[in-house]
Amino acid sequence: MTAIAADAAPAPLTFKSVSKRFAAGDRVVSALRDVSLSLPLGQVTALVGPDGAGKTTLLRLAAGLLLPDSGSIASFGLDTATAGAQLHQLIGYMPQRFGLYEDLSVLENLNLYADLYGISPQDRQQRFAELMRMTNLQKFNQRLAGQLSGGMKQKLGLACTLLNRPKLLLLDEPSVGVDPLSRRELWQIIESLVGQFGTTVLLSTAYMDEAERCQQVVLLDSGEILHQDAPAGFHRLAEACSYQLSSPVLGKRMLQQRLQMHADLIDSVVQGDAVRAVARPASWPDWMAIFDTAEQVRITSVPPRLEDAFIMLLLARHDEKLPVETVCFVSGNGSRFLATEQPAVIEVEQVDRWFGNFQAVKKLSFEVRHGEIFGLLGANGAGKTTTFRMLCGLLPASNGRLRVAGLDLRTAAAQARARLGYMSQKFSLYGQLSVRQNLQFFSHAYGLRHKLRLQRIAWAFQEFDLTEFADTNSVDLPLGYKQRLALACALMHEPEILFLDEPTSGIDPLARREFWNRINSLAAQGVTILVTTHFMEEAEYCDRLLIMREGDILAAGTPAEIRSRSQTAEQAPAETMEEAFIRLLELTGASAE
Amino acid sequence: MWWRIQALLIKEFLSLLKDKKSRFVLIVPPLVQLFLLSYAATYDLNQLPIAIYNEDRGSAARDLIARFNGAPAFREVLRIERQEQIAAAQDSKQVLMVLHIGQSFSRDLLGGRQLAPVQILLDGRDSNTAQIALGYARNVISQFNSDWARQHNQTGPPAELRVRAWFNPNLESRWFIVPGIVGLLTLVVTMTVAALSVAREREQGTFDQLLVTPFTPAEILIGKAIPGLIIGVAEASFSIFMVVFWFQVPLLGSLAALYIGIVLYVFSVIGAGLMISSLSVTQQQGLLGGFLVIVPGVILSGYATPIENMPELVQQLTFVNPLRYFLIIIRGVFLEGLGIADLIDQYWPLALIGLFCLSCAGLLFRKRMY
Amino acid sequence: MSVASQRLLGLIRKEFLQVLRDPSSLAIAFAMPVFLLLLFGYGVSLDARRVPIGLVIEHVSPASRSFSAGFDYSDYFQAHYFRDMREARQALLTRKINAIVHLQADFDQRLTGSEPAPIQVIVNGVDANTARLTSGYVQGVFEAWLNARAAWQGQEAPQPVQLAARVWYNSALRSRNFLVPGLIAVIMTLIGALLTALVMAREWERGTMEALISTPVSVREVLLGKLIPYYLLGMGGMLLSISMAVFLFQVPLVGSLWVLLVAGTLFLLAALGMGLLISIAAKNQFVAGQIAIVVTFLPAFILSGFIFNIDSMPWAVQLFTHLVAARYFVAILQTVFLAGNIWEVILPNALALLLMASAFLALALWRAPRRLE
Repeated sequence: MTAIAADAAPAPLTFKSVSKRFAAGDRVVSALRDVSLSLPLGQVTALVGPDGAGKTTLLRLAAGLLLPDSGSIASFGLDTATAGAQLHQLIGYMPQRFGLYEDLSVLENLNLYADLYGISPQDRQQRFAELMRMTNLQKFNQRLAGQLSGGMKQKLGLACTLLNRPKLLLLDEPSVGVDPLSRRELWQIIESLVGQFGTTVLLSTAYMDEAERCQQVVLLDSGEILHQDAPAGFHRLAEACSYQLSSPVLGKRMLQQRLQMHADLIDSVVQGDAVRAVARPASWPDWMAIFDTAEQVRITSVPPRLEDAFIMLLLARHDEKLPVETVCFVSGNGSRFLATEQPAVIEVEQVDRWFGNFQAVKKLSFEVRHGEIFGLLGANGAGKTTTFRMLCGLLPASNGRLRVAGLDLRTAAAQARARLGYMSQKFSLYGQLSVRQNLQFFSHAYGLRHKLRLQRIAWAFQEFDLTEFADTNSVDLPLGYKQRLALACALMHEPEILFLDEPTSGIDPLARREFWNRINSLAAQGVTILVTTHFMEEAEYCDRLLIMREGDILAAGTPAEIRSRSQTAEQAPAETMEEAFIRLLELTGASAE
Repeated sequence: MWWRIQALLIKEFLSLLKDKKSRFVLIVPPLVQLFLLSYAATYDLNQLPIAIYNEDRGSAARDLIARFNGAPAFREVLRIERQEQIAAAQDSKQVLMVLHIGQSFSRDLLGGRQLAPVQILLDGRDSNTAQIALGYARNVISQFNSDWARQHNQTGPPAELRVRAWFNPNLESRWFIVPGIVGLLTLVVTMTVAALSVAREREQGTFDQLLVTPFTPAEILIGKAIPGLIIGVAEASFSIFMVVFWFQVPLLGSLAALYIGIVLYVFSVIGAGLMISSLSVTQQQGLLGGFLVIVPGVILSGYATPIENMPELVQQLTFVNPLRYFLIIIRGVFLEGLGIADLIDQYWPLALIGLFCLSCAGLLFRKRMY
Repeated sequence: MSVASQRLLGLIRKEFLQVLRDPSSLAIAFAMPVFLLLLFGYGVSLDARRVPIGLVIEHVSPASRSFSAGFDYSDYFQAHYFRDMREARQALLTRKINAIVHLQADFDQRLTGSEPAPIQVIVNGVDANTARLTSGYVQGVFEAWLNARAAWQGQEAPQPVQLAARVWYNSALRSRNFLVPGLIAVIMTLIGALLTALVMAREWERGTMEALISTPVSVREVLLGKLIPYYLLGMGGMLLSISMAVFLFQVPLVGSLWVLLVAGTLFLLAALGMGLLISIAAKNQFVAGQIAIVVTFLPAFILSGFIFNIDSMPWAVQLFTHLVAARYFVAILQTVFLAGNIWEVILPNALALLLMASAFLALALWRAPRRLE
């Protein structure tokens, strides 16, 4: 035994029946249960799974920042429990919120980490130059890290971690809050690293398209490894289950609603003009029963994706179908009309916003019609949050006119605000208050009384499946539930207009689907929705979009229009929104900033 | 409107009291301070270590020494034999005062033609204690003088001082300090609660959420002020209870007059706190801002050092300090037995400060400061 | 340069950059000392000067005039004359005066009688300390008057024992001379403990600590990386305070600056150790700030002998003051400033500081987290 072990080069990372528990309040939560894992040398491994599956715990254990309750963890043969600085020389770890010193400049941060890793001044120049080239940060050398956009922060964080040329690189959600362009650059860095130095990489991610790019994928759920395989292995699980459907008659959203009603179909997402559906394994959905021939539905079988397998495996484990969400308002009125015939609910005319000498928003004009889902997209720092805050009345415009339901919310009477719902990117809830107390507070805040109030609170509990957590402090909720509660609070008073700021950042694919199903059904009931996101896939859910860049409009229109705008002489129109976005940026000759 | 404010109140109390740490911060430090300050902060001398250097063998000297030893303020810890020892005893801080009775003390005293000098050497490093000690020593000597005159059938002094102290016959400084602590603690607690309230919501992003709901700025302001008011008054009531029953300071005046003062005082402090809070973006700024108000607020209030001793300009500054007025109210009610009518002049400045600060805070809310 | 010292230098450089860019750190380190020193130096005085006193003299005579002249010419008093007691009482109640001295109409006749003529003195006892000082001053004026009168009449002194007070080290009994050196201890507690506690907690809150401990940096280096910058900052604050004390407030510095600096070093190490311990326990700026104020700032103010005399406290509280580092430092400061290098005071107190500093730092090193739990 020992002879064999000594022969083989020690693996970059091995977990042997590792368990880890935490005390959360008065409960004990098992973050990892009996996890065994071994990473192959020189490969990129993705760690995927729903929120609270134990991804961060696993990475922290691997970095030696936590010790397992039972089992053992070794990196290159070094036990994390006993090896100290020696281990840290081999491992590079980037936490979720990377520990950049926000009051230090880019160069100062790099210098600090170079000092900490003991890199000599001679090596330093060369490595800095190399990393600067990879990350495109040269221009921002002197800028304070706190003033970088989310994407640049992540790149800088990665650069700091890479200074030491670690043999094992651990990255916790490196691409959360990062726009598509920076995301692509991050991946280029990671992949060139593996090619150049044979670094082994373990990263957690909520983006399935990122996991597709890895050599290995580990699916974690409730602290257990559900499946570990190459992406192709995951594809095989979902072989012959994926279809693409389109219909000129029904339209994508109607098509999707129909598909959701069907028991054999476990998943359906809008993709371009079509809908992608996944059937239960080994089932042959009876398309004839779902659609009329008059509806001219075209069905094609498509190759499986990792995401299909992800959903399949998780649903099989939890033994359920993805819930069909139809949010019903008590006084739910109106059906969905064609948006163009509707009056404008949100009007923005020639709006400017200056912060000192910096113009965050430049002569912006657009309007959102009744019952529309309107997306505000853009890279970090493009001005979408500023626009959003001006619309909500949280920030005055420097110039121009903003109208929401015919009113300027900064000066309108308090009661006018009762017509809108608001959900911010941090899911701002009162952390010390329980779920029930939060709901009670917001129901009062929106002026609900008596029977209606009780009715709406009961509705929120049932609709968002919050009963289990009624008395949990909202700060202790899993992220997905925080988001649900925030949405429940924003919908308490059946608003006519809903403002959503990055509503799905950091949320896993399952929760994201649930969320969009709800939003769709709200729109169908005539609620006007304004949403900001840098999740390009989600742009497909919007009726119309506005892509912002440096405070300006880069592109506006329906998703299909925007995709077709990316068409050039050499290239066909982009298939996905993300591609379209990147191409549009490149066409206009812009960098990430 | 009222039930919406009520919802704000419930939310505010829950977020203040539900968390173990913030509950701890609200309750434990004030208690610690109440006891610490009450027991430690006193100007009464008690068992002050002194040394005695007696070169005289007469009985008069022995009598005088016995009087010093009998006084509760002093405690002889060292008997000095030689001149050189004095410096050593003083330098090392072993004693704060040396009583030096010269060789001719008894002779001079009995002879009666000359004054019998007694020397007292004080350590001026702590000039306040030195000054107080000198006062005590002077009392001992003057008592000795008049007794001596009576016993030796001399004609005695032609006049004598009959000193009476109003309101605090035994001149216990605890009676002065301890009611003051009520004002101090209420200031610290209320200020912390108010100064952090808006800043915390800003930091957590809930303030934006609050601003997009139909609450009016006035409602938010009231919702923020009332919890502070309730906590401040509760804290003050508890402290007063301890002052009366544990520290046994007599409460002579009307409780109503005291409570009008407390409510107005807490109101003005909350106003200042909310003003700081609506100016600060993070909790650290709120905390620092509160600190920057509390420290001068305490120092320039007449709590530990009399306002009359301050330079004229600084005295003017104290007129905007709520604690200044409150100290007069609480000491007046406790020790002088004042009523509502006597304190009108203290009430209205408090109300004015509170109203001014609160309107400023409201204005800053409305501007929404970003 | 060794790798370890390179790491340490990197950490120190980082800390200084952060201090320079964070206005609230700078405020605590430099603005707060200046603010406190000015406040205490100018605003606070325990010396009663020109105490307003009411004189009620019902019948003006040479005797009463010579008596009241004692008040007129005393630096301690500011005499106000009242026609009757009713007015004077009113003035006492409204705090226009601190005391009343009352000579009755028959004062002259009773002076020559067999019983001593009474001089009624009423002080407002609410502020017991001021009341006691005031009555002491009245007593002084009274005795001087008696003796002067006896000498003039060729009689023997009616007050046979005379008190001659001599004050060492601070002969004018300027309270500023003892408040300002004592304040230096409070200021250094602020920089040492409060600032350190806050900045460590901030690293936890912002997640930078997680990144830091996943690098090859050792716990000792992280602690030293905090200790050295804030030590330098604290010494800077101390030098600033000392120069303000000497040049602005004219407090004499009798002893040597070097002794002060060595004692300051020891004290600062103890304060820094405490700050580090607090932040290790709290990991959250709000709680760390609150704890730091309660366990370091208030004791430095109240239990250090800075304002309140320790010997007069109840024995349990006195015992407790031995745990307050500021107590030892205040003793050293007041001695070195006003009395000189008196080793009997300096050495034992310095030893106590050394013990406390080593205990706190050892504890901080022992308790410092090497991992996230």
